[in-house]
Amino acid sequence: MVETVLETSGLTMRFGGVTASDNVNFKLKARELRCLIGPNGAGKSTFFKCVTGLLTPTEGHVYMRGQEVTGWQPHQIASLGVGIKTQTPNVMDALSVHENVWLAARRFYNIAEARDRADAIIERLTLSAIARTQLGQLAHGERQRVELGIVAVADPWLVLLDEPAAGMSAQDVDRMTEIIHELTRFAAVVIVEHDMQFIRSIAQTVTVFHQGAVLMEDNVERVMSDPQVRAVYLGKKA
Amino acid sequence: MGRNGSHDVIITLVVSALLIWLLPLMISTYTLTVLVIYGMLGLSLGLIWGFGGILCFGQAAFFGLGAYTYAIAAINIGESTLPMVLAVLVPAVFAALLGAMMFYGRLTDVYLGVITLVVTLILFKFVNSTAGPQYVIGNARLGGFNGIPGFQTLNVPGDPSAYIWGDPYFYVCAIALVAVFLLVTWLLRSSFGRIAVGIRENEVRMGLMGYDIAARKTVLFAIGAAIAGLAGALFANWGEIVTPKLFSLGQSAEIIIWCIVGGLGTRFGPIVGAAGLAYLKFMLGQQSMIDNTLIMGLILVLFVVFLPRGLVPAVASLLNSIFGRTKRKPRPRRMRTARHG
Ligand SMILES: Nc1ncnc2c1ncn2[C@@H]1O[C@H](COP(=O)(O)OP(=O)(O)OP(=O)(O)O)[C@@H](O)[C@H]1O
Ligand SMILES: [Mg+2]
Repeated sequence: MVETVLETSGLTMRFGGVTASDNVNFKLKARELRCLIGPNGAGKSTFFKCVTGLLTPTEGHVYMRGQEVTGWQPHQIASLGVGIKTQTPNVMDALSVHENVWLAARRFYNIAEARDRADAIIERLTLSAIARTQLGQLAHGERQRVELGIVAVADPWLVLLDEPAAGMSAQDVDRMTEIIHELTRFAAVVIVEHDMQFIRSIAQTVTVFHQGAVLMEDNVERVMSDPQVRAVYLGKKA
Repeated sequence: MGRNGSHDVIITLVVSALLIWLLPLMISTYTLTVLVIYGMLGLSLGLIWGFGGILCFGQAAFFGLGAYTYAIAAINIGESTLPMVLAVLVPAVFAALLGAMMFYGRLTDVYLGVITLVVTLILFKFVNSTAGPQYVIGNARLGGFNGIPGFQTLNVPGDPSAYIWGDPYFYVCAIALVAVFLLVTWLLRSSFGRIAVGIRENEVRMGLMGYDIAARKTVLFAIGAAIAGLAGALFANWGEIVTPKLFSLGQSAEIIIWCIVGGLGTRFGPIVGAAGLAYLKFMLGQQSMIDNTLIMGLILVLFVVFLPRGLVPAVASLLNSIFGRTKRKPRPRRMRTARHG
């Protein structure tokens, strides 16, 4: 039996009158690759924030590898081996690419090992030429890639990526697809995306969020052809 | 990094030796001593604010606490070594407790500023009100607004009758500043320092990497307080009296101005800002035509408007643009290129 790495039960997050997450029951197996889709405001990012401790859910529970982590601080959850790329770039703009990635690696490895791992990831992401450049001077796509490096360098077993392909060139997206596949050799990966083509190219199972709740969870082709999903999401987009 | 590090140490030592030799030829060592002490005080805030992103409106509280701890301990103990150690430890422990409360309470920067300000104010009011004979610690009367005079000043460790004063005291203070400067340099190069800068840049991201932000900020805050406490003890020895004025908000504000004028995010800036502005104030104090707080305010405004990054970064980038292109490529400047935060 494959281990369940992430499970939420009855996860609910309310902001005043808005229910951003509504009784979400979610299960993810080790090394699984899952896509989350849903229209704007469906509660995908809120779900990620509840899982990583950035928000404390109003109700419900979060379990990681069987351990309850509800109400834990972000740093405690991250220390378990959980990495997240947030929707808006979350990086250290005044520091170099290398320093950003090194800091992520240093949390789990000694100084020299962290440097070697940072070098390796930077090369893997073809960022070597700009390794000493401050992040603030980079293009959006490059910063997204650096953030992916920050997540990957720590060897997480659970990775959450919130719209990683947004604002990237086709070539960048291809490279990222490769890296995501590499990640799934050791980690379960959850990706929030709007780009249907990207989702088809990468995912088997898709979870659809709508108004905070899980609308449907199934194989990608069946989800895409489901009339209800098309109504709430694809219909609007097309 | 090792080679680069020893290179930096040598430059620091050579430059400091030159300054320690040359400056007394121009300015009296008595005045220089207090400039050096203020430099150390500036560096203490420069460390936590410029590199840790912690804006403390009460750095003077730790300075005053160090001075009072020294004075009280010196009266009770007699020999100066242990009082010096206590003057570093007491503010550090106090800051660790205060910092833990603020950082684990996840206060925003604004409240952090308000709390440090209020704590300073409370200390000031409290010490000011201790004139009565009931306020004693051991043999030391706190003395209220009159302060505490007549304590044992710095002596050669182990020999209470061998006082260190005058020129030798200047050299002791100058060497202490160089030592603290090297310590800060080493700290900023270490993982701890690099992580602190990361936290200054993006707390959320550093938390998501797994770093305990509250714990690290608390430690850095305490280190800053320890340095301020040492400066306070040296100041007590220099003035041979401690008064509540050390805790005053005016003093706290001045430290902030030193950092802004000298340059945040640099190690050298706050020292230059402190010594420079203190010297200016000293010279202005010798005349009575212009009110010197007015001039301090004017300088601050001019800097904020025209040199917002401060003196040292401005001079550094000027030198860089003059010599940088003709000489070899500028070295990657890790900590110093930091955004003014
Ligand atoms: N901090 C907050 N305070 C109040 N309301 C919030 C907050 N964060 C999110 N919301 C609301 O919760 C709902 C879900 O937002 P969320 O960002 O999770 O959606 P999303 O699915 O990520 O959307 P998008 O595709 O646009 O990124 C929205 O209605 C949003 O306005
Ligand atoms: Mg979102």
